[in-house]
Amino acid sequence: MADINKLAHMFKELDDQLVGCMKCGMCQAVCPVFAQSGRETDVTRGKLALLDGLANEMLQDPEGVNEKLNRCLLCGTCQANCPSGVSVMDIFLKARAIMTGYFGLSPAKKAIFRGMLKNPKLFNSLTSMGAKFQGLFTKKVDDMLGSSCARFNAPVIGDRHFNTLASKPLHKIVPELDTPAGKSGIKVAFYVGCVIDKIFPQVGEAILKVLDHHGVGVFMPSGQACCGIPALSSGDTDTFDTLVGINMERLQSGEFDYLVTGCATCTATIKELWPRMYKGNSALKYDLAQLEKKTLDISQFLVDILRVESKEIKGGRGVTYHDPCHLKNSLGVTAQPRTMIQAAGCDFKEMAEAGTCCGCGGSFNIAHYDVSKKIGSRKADNIMASGVQTAATSCPACMLQITDMLSQKNAKMDVKHVIELYAESL
Amino acid sequence: MTKDAIVKEFEAIAGAENVMTSETDRHAYSYDAAVLDSVMPALVVRPETSEALGGVTKLCNDNGLPLTVRGAGTNLSGGTIPHPGGVVVLTNGLNRILEINEEDMYAVVEPGVVTAQFAAEVAKRGLFYPPDPGSQTVSTLGGNVAENAGGLRGLKYGVTKDYVMGVDFWDVNGEIVKSGSRTVKCVTGYNLAGLMVASEGTLGVFDKLILKLVPPAQAAKSMMAIFPSMKAASETVAAIIANKIVPATLEMMDNFTIRTVENFRGAGLPVDAAALLLIEVDGHPAQVEDEAAMVEKICKANGATELKVAKDAAERDAVWQARRDALPALAKLKPTCVLEDATVPRSKIPAMIEALEDISKKLDLTIGTFGHAGDGNLHPTILTDKRDKKEWERVEKGIDMIFDKALAMGGTLSGEHGIGLAKSKYLERETSRATLEYSRRMKSVLDPKGILNPGKIVGPKS
Repeated sequence: MADINKLAHMFKELDDQLVGCMKCGMCQAVCPVFAQSGRETDVTRGKLALLDGLANEMLQDPEGVNEKLNRCLLCGTCQANCPSGVSVMDIFLKARAIMTGYFGLSPAKKAIFRGMLKNPKLFNSLTSMGAKFQGLFTKKVDDMLGSSCARFNAPVIGDRHFNTLASKPLHKIVPELDTPAGKSGIKVAFYVGCVIDKIFPQVGEAILKVLDHHGVGVFMPSGQACCGIPALSSGDTDTFDTLVGINMERLQSGEFDYLVTGCATCTATIKELWPRMYKGNSALKYDLAQLEKKTLDISQFLVDILRVESKEIKGGRGVTYHDPCHLKNSLGVTAQPRTMIQAAGCDFKEMAEAGTCCGCGGSFNIAHYDVSKKIGSRKADNIMASGVQTAATSCPACMLQITDMLSQKNAKMDVKHVIELYAESL
Repeated sequence: MTKDAIVKEFEAIAGAENVMTSETDRHAYSYDAAVLDSVMPALVVRPETSEALGGVTKLCNDNGLPLTVRGAGTNLSGGTIPHPGGVVVLTNGLNRILEINEEDMYAVVEPGVVTAQFAAEVAKRGLFYPPDPGSQTVSTLGGNVAENAGGLRGLKYGVTKDYVMGVDFWDVNGEIVKSGSRTVKCVTGYNLAGLMVASEGTLGVFDKLILKLVPPAQAAKSMMAIFPSMKAASETVAAIIANKIVPATLEMMDNFTIRTVENFRGAGLPVDAAALLLIEVDGHPAQVEDEAAMVEKICKANGATELKVAKDAAERDAVWQARRDALPALAKLKPTCVLEDATVPRSKIPAMIEALEDISKKLDLTIGTFGHAGDGNLHPTILTDKRDKKEWERVEKGIDMIFDKALAMGGTLSGEHGIGLAKSKYLERETSRATLEYSRRMKSVLDPKGILNPGKIVGPKS
């Protein structure tokens, strides 16, 4: 462990970004974690002040600061609403990397990121073993939602209602694909992402069906790795760089006009974090910047490029939509998924606070399940109050959280990816 | 008592989960939105009941601990920066709206209720709470009363003090003091509620507030007028008032601010315009039509080159979005943004604008000016980087000069941001030695140990 002065010196590098915060406190209005706790250390202004305190050697307890720093969903709502335009996500990710460099990665995270994520083949075979044996530990609670809970008291699972690993992940159903452009004259690369591959392969299949329907050629290389966000948000920049490298090597082996994903988080990571946070092979920098321009969320691709339009509704099923943070706050994509729901012939109903975080926040859900659950519970209440049968969204991580929350409330509704609704209507 | 024993006492009163002593927690309550140095408190406590709030106040007094009440910490004059080694008392655990009385048009609230949430709740009942400070989405009503917060609607609707009917507060002995009433008229005893307004936490700890509500206007019309000079725009402001029209809002932006906002939003503002006025008249539909037509005439007579009247809600929103963008857009230009609020009688607005231009040139400072022209409350915003020591010296000099000019014109140091720590040294200049001594004597009797937000308004104990 380096000494605290050295740590202060490392944080000093963030000074130019930290000084942009005028401490107006407007982030208190939008932070979902602060809304639950009312604690200044939970809101961005407080966290930035703590980092500033470390940089200027006013604080002696980096461990305390690190703990507060991790009580954040990285939802980006504060940044999207910040009057002085502070690059909050950039600061937080850099700060987490500095902290991880100082404290080291926890043994569990080391095993997951460096042992498993860095090696996509091993990751695949471990999860497929998991899929075979999970029935021993879990039982179904809601067939409609497809959720399960623990059979006996299990420490990580707690009282969660979760979606189990798919018996057949997408890479087993469709190992790889390289089809030419059809009537649309367009060919896309399909980046699958871990959660769609291993938990919601049906979302991946829906995307492939829709692309085929519209005559879009698909390049889906095998051996795709995780996008790297879990590693980066835990400050593990080494693993992040390795994963970006693996993915780029796979993607650069084919030709395509656009890259599409069905995961809001993967899209935002590829567009915003790959070009800015990758510190590996400098020759890749240009390619990452080019890829950024080509990357689109699936609804964005269908509406903005293929010009899919909403249909006249004739008593279709009632559907509401939850805005994933990584689409709304990071990329400003809000209209296109709603158009897709209407293009599927569904009766769309806007819910209250559609743009508020569901509380998942990736590993935040694991480390701070109590806060995560409170935020998610409010989301579930808003969904249920909208009086629909189906909650749709555009991010598989949000799907996991919303399924857990609705299942615990015995809501008798289902949770779908927007693209599943559209694929069903074709 | 030892430090540990005192912490235990606080825990016994407010609950262990509501007492914070770690370095990180204390550091997070060492500042507010003012550009001032932070000060570490010794302890932070978050009472969730009225009794706990009273108990905390008494405990601080018994142990001679300085006490600073904090709502959302959006203060721009350092009023919520704690005293070294003091206690920060958070009010956001006391955020219940206790009553909204539609028949008698008042509400009773706890001090930690967020202003905008309260206004929305009131609007749901078909009533209106007008004060709308810039920080209303996070600011608390307790903080608004303690600072006498203003906002965009000050000209016609007044400021927070015009809506305070009563304040119940804890004195330093932990006894409840009741003031004001739920009636329109009340002359029972001293106007202690009035004394609490703008007292910045130095005279008592607010327990409950009784606030006045009014019926909302039935109609409103917004417009944007473009001027070839700041002089023409400010003379228009004076002419509108002289014609006995009181718009709900009458806001001004200078060319620097217009260009910055346009750069930020790209909403099509006229970047060549020397000045903009944003005007809204409200009331009965017939009166609104009448006044809008008159305002239009006055603007043109005073040299407005263009006038745009919002035709629908979307256009109205666009007009006010431009005004709301002013501060964020300016703030993005430089790391530090000093937002001043020296206020002059509105007839002196042209002179004040000229003075600001002069100060900006003389000291080589970037100053964007916008604000509530209708009530003489301009916001000259100095853009700088506080790490640049040389420029910072010029900024401090500039602030001094702004105050001097405002006072020379019969104006005031602060229209709505408060005195706090930032302006206490200027207080005597605007008032008198006797005023300051009178205030200090009053405080020393009500708060003999000097625990209530020491150093604010009247300066350090002499």
